[in-house]
Amino acid sequence: MIKTQKTNISAILSRILIYTILTISALYFLLPIFVMIITSVKDIDEIKNGNLLSLPQNITFQPWVEAWSQARIGASSDGIKPYFINSILITVPAVLISCIIGALNGYVFSKWRFKGSEVFFSLLLFGCFIPFQVVLLPMSQTMGYLGLSGSVAGLIFVHVVYGTAFTTLFFRNFYVSIPTELINAAKIDGAGFFRIFFKILLPVSLPIFMVCIIWQMTQIWNEFLFGITFSDSDTQPVTVALNNLVNSTSTVKKYNVDMAAALIAVAPTLIAYIISGKYFVKGLMAGAVK
Amino acid sequence: MKSKLKFLEEAIPKLIVAPTFLIMIIFIYGFIAWNFILSLTTSKLLPVYTFAGLKQYYSLFDNMKWWLAMENLLIFSSLFIGLCLIIGLLLAIFIDQKIRFEGIFRTIYLYPMALSFIATGTVWQWMLNPGLGLEKFVIDLGFTNFTFDWIINSEMAIYTIIIAAVWQSTGFVMVLILAGLRGINHEVINAAKIDGASLPLIYWKIIIPQLGPVFFSSVIILLHIAIKTFDLVVVMTKSGPGFSTVLPSIFMYDYSFARNKLAFGASSAMIMLFFIMIFVVPYLYRELRKNS
Repeated sequence: MIKTQKTNISAILSRILIYTILTISALYFLLPIFVMIITSVKDIDEIKNGNLLSLPQNITFQPWVEAWSQARIGASSDGIKPYFINSILITVPAVLISCIIGALNGYVFSKWRFKGSEVFFSLLLFGCFIPFQVVLLPMSQTMGYLGLSGSVAGLIFVHVVYGTAFTTLFFRNFYVSIPTELINAAKIDGAGFFRIFFKILLPVSLPIFMVCIIWQMTQIWNEFLFGITFSDSDTQPVTVALNNLVNSTSTVKKYNVDMAAALIAVAPTLIAYIISGKYFVKGLMAGAVK
Repeated sequence: MKSKLKFLEEAIPKLIVAPTFLIMIIFIYGFIAWNFILSLTTSKLLPVYTFAGLKQYYSLFDNMKWWLAMENLLIFSSLFIGLCLIIGLLLAIFIDQKIRFEGIFRTIYLYPMALSFIATGTVWQWMLNPGLGLEKFVIDLGFTNFTFDWIINSEMAIYTIIIAAVWQSTGFVMVLILAGLRGINHEVINAAKIDGASLPLIYWKIIIPQLGPVFFSSVIILLHIAIKTFDLVVVMTKSGPGFSTVLPSIFMYDYSFARNKLAFGASSAMIMLFFIMIFVVPYLYRELRKNS
């Protein structure tokens, strides 16, 4: 009797300990976004007189307005809006094109293997891991030859080229799990390459398309190295503009505007994560455990 | 006629992947070769193809800043990987105790992975700013002698990059390890419990050793993130104070684009590729063999 009571107490204590640790960790992970949000609605005097965690006394959305459409970034004073639009113009086509190519490639690598296709796939997989610094100089030369330097089209092109290895991997691993007997039966019935793809594989591909789209969207929206290397001042993606805003030396530091701009810049991927976290996690796992 | 159709039928899959094949050969392997050739020249602002042998590599290995970048990368990657693994493992173990609100905790730990390094760097730079950030907060609490000025201290600045990077990537490791934990056979564990083994002992002796492959994947991926880390340093410290937080990625960019020493920059990129290959090639080899 005494013994069970003792184990009960220690069980309860360990539960309390576990929840405490998990909650403190959660607060730690939430701290930066909390600081971003409260800082973005304070005015600059309040920031200077208060501290990092003091709640805003007079909530103002002026920093958001300024960050969106008035802040000085580089030579212009139109806020982060034009760069946000650039990022949309880069991300949407790059994600769609790389996902479609990836789906078709993945279909071939899983269901229409030919002599050498496995070697080809392995070589492609290696492309997921190269440090992009090693292609930066040849790419900037090539962009010059192709007349794509500093253009949105150029950035789309780069993201498609280096994103296809990942999307191919996603679709291949997904299609491998679809029974080959089904495909073979369809082949015997006389169905061809595209018919099998559209009638059998595509109807079940929604989850993997979601994974792929969310993964590619996060990667491309958040990308910085290609953005800073291959863009002009008017085609910069939002990450480059945010860095220019935060690290500008010419103007007085406006931390509230910086934080509002950072929140605007992360909004699309953060919202995508919150509403479809399941697919985001699957993408991470698929990218990790090949 | 029929054989012609059949031939076409067989050619379609190859035609579909042909563009990807061309792109891969040109933009991955061709460009690596091109970059290698560039690194053997004397190119400065523009590429010139005068062969200069390993000249750039010699001057790279004579360059103090390059060694500082390598040293920083060593500090950064070892602490970054170590901390992500330890914290990620602990969080995964705690979350795996059949707790309530598991989904909420997981969502909170992982959300930083959805943010760009630029945004993460922006907020951490602000929080670590001694004048207005965490230092001031603690001073306001009454600890007037408190100092936390790592970000402007050239000895300590690299650790602020680590703080931000660990915050960003720990959730990812947690998710990987949690998936590993869920895949473990529970029979042995139950047997050990019946034998009276304590939970920490069970984790230490039975469960963690079984997570080997998960740790291995995590290390490769974190290492890959570490070697490529660029944005975080650009936004947080601009490789300063001085050059104290320079990394190979920053070094490469700086010499190639700001200082117009193309061939020299290309040589540093080759060394980066070399270091990634040392780890990634055996990893991919193992993974591909496992699959086939």
